[in-house]
Amino acid sequence: MSDKAFKTLLWFAASIILIITGGMLYSLTSGAIPAFKQFGFFEFLSSSEWNPTEGSEKYGALAFIIGTIITSILGILFCLPFSLPVALFIGEYFKGKKIASLLGTIVDLLAGIPSIVYGLWGFYALRPIIMSLGLSPQGFGILTASPVLGIMIIPYAASLSAEFIRMVPNDLKEGAYSMGATRAEVIQHIILPISGSGIFSSYILALGRALGETMAVTMLIGNANGIPNSIFDTGNTMASIIANQFGEAYGLKLSSLIAVGLLLFLITAIINFIGKLIIKRNNL
Amino acid sequence: MENTIKENILTLKDVCISYTPGQNAVNMVTADIQKGLITSIMGPSGCGKSTLLRAINRMHELYPGITITGDIKLNNKDILKMNAIEVRRMAGMVFQRPNPFPTLSIYDNVIAGYTLNGIKKTKDEKDEIVENSLKNVALWDEVKDVLQKKGTFLSGGQQQRLCIARALALKPDILLMDEPTSALDPIATNRIEELLVELKKEVTIVIVTHNMSQAARISDYSMFMYLGDLIEYDTTKKMFTNPQDKRTEEYLTGKFG
Ligand SMILES: Nc1ncnc2c1ncn2[C@@H]1O[C@H](COP(=O)(O)OP(=O)(O)OP(=O)(O)O)[C@@H](O)[C@H]1O
Ligand SMILES: [Mg+2]
Repeated sequence: MSDKAFKTLLWFAASIILIITGGMLYSLTSGAIPAFKQFGFFEFLSSSEWNPTEGSEKYGALAFIIGTIITSILGILFCLPFSLPVALFIGEYFKGKKIASLLGTIVDLLAGIPSIVYGLWGFYALRPIIMSLGLSPQGFGILTASPVLGIMIIPYAASLSAEFIRMVPNDLKEGAYSMGATRAEVIQHIILPISGSGIFSSYILALGRALGETMAVTMLIGNANGIPNSIFDTGNTMASIIANQFGEAYGLKLSSLIAVGLLLFLITAIINFIGKLIIKRNNL
Repeated sequence: MENTIKENILTLKDVCISYTPGQNAVNMVTADIQKGLITSIMGPSGCGKSTLLRAINRMHELYPGITITGDIKLNNKDILKMNAIEVRRMAGMVFQRPNPFPTLSIYDNVIAGYTLNGIKKTKDEKDEIVENSLKNVALWDEVKDVLQKKGTFLSGGQQQRLCIARALALKPDILLMDEPTSALDPIATNRIEELLVELKKEVTIVIVTHNMSQAARISDYSMFMYLGDLIEYDTTKKMFTNPQDKRTEEYLTGKFG
């Protein structure tokens, strides 16, 4: 193949992807417009009503936006105490050793487990615990979904954080050690401050994943359509309401679900953009 | 030499260091280093200068598989039997590339040794340590109004003086310097050389250098190493005017290295 033909092929493939993304955005938007027209864009965002009764149909996304944010942030909080130590193990303690790459591989393996398997695990392993602790009568709810979500995003947070930790220049660490610092002190005072914004961006990107996680969350969150009263309550995320209801939806309800999808798409895109921006700012 | 009473601060006896078993990067080095003087270590690239220097503050144990045999005594105490952290506080180190901590201000860089070790000091004590240490390296007048700026904003030469101040702040007995001016321009180099001669009063200095004229200008004693062996160790004056070993002479006259 000539250079020119090859280049044309690459351009072709690249523009197909652009067209598909653009087309997706277009069909989401045009699908969502009836809902926005009926309820008004800001009213749709700020209403937590989800009433499919014919004649008095009214839909708003607020409950699911709140559900998504609470579940995801709680997920990040569950993820943090596991992923940060793992990242320190891989990026600092066992840097360059076999055990680090083994641990890295296992963590990456977690990323490959299908969402539904996590959901099953949450259903059969975590839900009974939540029930026996008396935290929720049925064992469903935000508190059941978030830890599973937290475990699911460990690989994304850990492997990128480990990369930032690994990149802290050796001569800075040696400088600290040469003044009598212990490893814990070097981590606390040198490594974490220097890699801090990189680590932060890893968690932002992990948050981006958590926002859209669907299957496991849908199985565990209890699928209630109101704003959750507490983390012990049931609820729905933006992704789980769509997964739950799109099957029997038509007309205004379908349009509203598509509108929720569009919002999720935009929020995720913004979060990812912010994460990448922080990484770029640090020239890493 | 003015001080006629010799006092050894550091004694090396049969020191061997290897990165791979059976292959000594430093081989049977024996030498006494005198207090209050500057001793330079010269030799061609790869002869083991850095390896020897880094053994003195036990930096090697940060990495696996490096073995050290022989005796290294600092202030008559066997450093291999001491707590590594104690050894490192007694033996400060300055590196080839200036390495101020990028997230810390100038002030916090100077005080970093205390922060890192969790040693609490009052604000006044800290202010005093910072001022004295920066005055010691003739950096105080240049930075006293910008102490809260990041250390990395300084020029290369200033950064290196900041790193020297950082090491001095812990009041070490000996300062180990591994080619501290090789990343600097001649003017910055000159300032640091002047500084080191001043600092002799406060701290014993061992400096690895590739720059023979630097060794001649500032050091009282010189070592010449070759392929891991200490070939010659004498007063700088004698080494430069009347080297005893043919290899030293060849190195000093630029025949190799
Ligand atoms: N981390 C290491 N692992 C294995 N071998 C090493 C390591 N560091 C140094 N060596 C080897 O040990 C020998 C001495 O190296 P060293 O760095 O002490 O030399 P040097 O005299 O400081 O050289 P230079 O002037 O280039 O800095 C060299 O043969 C080098 O290849
Ligand atoms: Mg060296």
